[in-house]
Amino acid sequence: MEELLANPYVPPLVLTVAIILVFPLVAGYIVLAERKVLADLQVRLGPMRVGPYGALQPLADALKLMLKEDVIPARADKWIFWLAPVLSTFTALSAFAVLPLSDRLYVADVNIGILFVLAMSSIGALGLILGGWSANSKYSLMGSLRAAAQMVSYEVPLGFATVTAIMCAGTLSMQGVIEAQLQRGWWGAFDNYGLMLVPTALFIIAATAETNRAPFDLPEAESELVAGFHTEYSGFRWALFFLAEYAAIVVISALCVTLFFGGWLRPFPNVALLETPLNTVFPAALFGLIALGCLKGVRKQVVAGFRLVMAALAGAFLLAGALFVVPQANPLVIGLFWFACKLAVMVYLFIWYRGTFPRFRYDQLMDVGWKWLIPISMAGLILNGVVQLLARG
Amino acid sequence: MAATALAPPPAAEATFLDSNELVLNMGPQHPSTHGVLRVILKLDGETVLGADCVIGYLHRGVEKIAENRTYQQFAPYVDRMDYVAAVSNGLGYCMAVEKLLDVEIPPRAQAVRVILTELNRIASHLLWLGTHALDIGAITPVFLCFREREEVLKIFESYCGARLTTHAFRIGGLQYETYDTFEQECLAFCDLMQAKVQEYHDLLTGNRIWVNRTKGVGILDAAGCKDYGVTGPLLRAAGVAWDLRKAQPYCGYEKYDFEIPTAANGDTFDRYIVRMQEMEQSCRIVRQAAEALPEGPIKGKVGKVIKPPPGEAYVSIEAPKGELGYYVVSDGSLNPYRVRVRPPSFVNLGALDKMCRGTLIADVVAIIGTIDIVLGEVDR
Repeated sequence: MEELLANPYVPPLVLTVAIILVFPLVAGYIVLAERKVLADLQVRLGPMRVGPYGALQPLADALKLMLKEDVIPARADKWIFWLAPVLSTFTALSAFAVLPLSDRLYVADVNIGILFVLAMSSIGALGLILGGWSANSKYSLMGSLRAAAQMVSYEVPLGFATVTAIMCAGTLSMQGVIEAQLQRGWWGAFDNYGLMLVPTALFIIAATAETNRAPFDLPEAESELVAGFHTEYSGFRWALFFLAEYAAIVVISALCVTLFFGGWLRPFPNVALLETPLNTVFPAALFGLIALGCLKGVRKQVVAGFRLVMAALAGAFLLAGALFVVPQANPLVIGLFWFACKLAVMVYLFIWYRGTFPRFRYDQLMDVGWKWLIPISMAGLILNGVVQLLARG
Repeated sequence: MAATALAPPPAAEATFLDSNELVLNMGPQHPSTHGVLRVILKLDGETVLGADCVIGYLHRGVEKIAENRTYQQFAPYVDRMDYVAAVSNGLGYCMAVEKLLDVEIPPRAQAVRVILTELNRIASHLLWLGTHALDIGAITPVFLCFREREEVLKIFESYCGARLTTHAFRIGGLQYETYDTFEQECLAFCDLMQAKVQEYHDLLTGNRIWVNRTKGVGILDAAGCKDYGVTGPLLRAAGVAWDLRKAQPYCGYEKYDFEIPTAANGDTFDRYIVRMQEMEQSCRIVRQAAEALPEGPIKGKVGKVIKPPPGEAYVSIEAPKGELGYYVVSDGSLNPYRVRVRPPSFVNLGALDKMCRGTLIADVVAIIGTIDIVLGEVDR
């Protein structure tokens, strides 16, 4: 066992396989969360039929998508049509390789990690463009043209915001950025006397555009372009695009959390007094409460199978909570817990936008990008640079 | 270059890529054409050079059907034209036939008609608001609007058993007496609606994206409205205070105290504001009518068999979408000789091309939404 862990190839490989296997499920549950949160914002219930409170909906959806007929339009460019969703999914999942899920849970900590994530997310846009182009449909074409323009415009402020954060941390390594924040005693977002909040806000806005989420979901604007670049996609190919979109959301949120919100660090990482309440009591209590909720839900379910699912969920959450109480297990999982918590907040933000904002128009999107975000991000970079130089010498 | 000398590529090889102009066929299956409208857009990039409407996908020959039905039998058919404002359609048709028959409608029936028609106006505007916001990308208001619309539909259901195609009125008055808590429910709905309109304002009116997407989009000024015969909220948003309820009061509208909301610019935002205010004004009318609902009979002196004397009658009312006219010709038989409808949706849709030119694709969707069409009425 020790030997296996020490082997430079085994843990990354295991983790890679685990990510590829687990992520589609995670994405499915993010979709479920999105539907539930949106339903909550929109005075309705969301999925309620498949499993208790719709808990098994993602599995049913996945099954349906796999069984659906997979149509390739007659006049489509078949190879590119085939390649596009693969490219999108592949790049989005590749970026997971450098994500620091916790202090010990990552596939690789390369010294250009942040650059790698940005590169992968840029190449992912190519999938959208090729997919829209190859379908030989006008709606798809317009969707992919929009995607191309949007990616180019919004990658610039995203890049500037990232550069500001890198400058603040002094490294391009994902783990390095987090360690720098630990040493500085501030989350990236509040560093430089709060001036880092500017790139943080810009990063979140540009990230929303980068992942084609509302209010920047122009490439797939369903009320204008039917479904934009993936109008002609169906079945599993469409599911791959979907997977890529959610993978991109997770990746960009993870990047945001890493750069600006301390990654897997707990809040106030330098205050020793908070060690026990935040690292032991809070997660244990959180999972305990969820488990309690599930247990209460058992009685409300009428279908026997659903009761079983609820009971199993309660057990699983209880077990997860117990992990945090055991002193030996705690350090293994606490990093992942905080990372997941912060990620969840970011993903919730994305869903919240979608429930609140109308969509931008194409020209307004460009205006916002070029006339506001890019100048502000440049100013933020210069300002932070000057302040940092003066403060740190 | 010798490029000009080259023969143009054969038609079979030509693709839409050969020219800067792109012809985009939008609909009849498209998420935001509000049914089965087909718009052929001529585009240069995202800019719209022209929009050509193709209609008739929902044509059912309603006007022809009228000639083979008795006057009463045809009444439910009109509900299926503008099905989101079925009550208004029924009112217009009943009033036209009543004009032919020259009967007087008792005050109680008139007041109930006003209440139901105004409630229907609110329901229709709510549906418009929800779908319009959805077209512009705000996915939440539609659910809030449907929540309030449900309250209206509940009142309809309690009154006549139907929710959408109500057939609420009969020639000569009403079929049913109101139910016990009718007035209270109407008043309660008005109170609720006042609060909810504020909620929509909070969600949309101050929203920068919403304002940017609607201000200055799809401008149709008063002269343009006159050219195309556009009526209703579109005309009022262009600054013309023309409302048939005030201009030629019918059904006792002269008794109620209400205002005609107008705006100045005639753009999508103004039409939004005008409709929002109209919902509040409708609440005012409903409140006045429900508080002082007169007692008395609910049906005028109309025989079991309706057989108007030969002649013709044209009645127009202010439907939620504009001037709704019914022209009924009688030859003295049991069936109308001819029924002709002046549908506001159809006439207003005519201005689409003028409003769309020079805008972007996203605006076309917003403009279709702001015209507030119902294809059942456009195609009949």
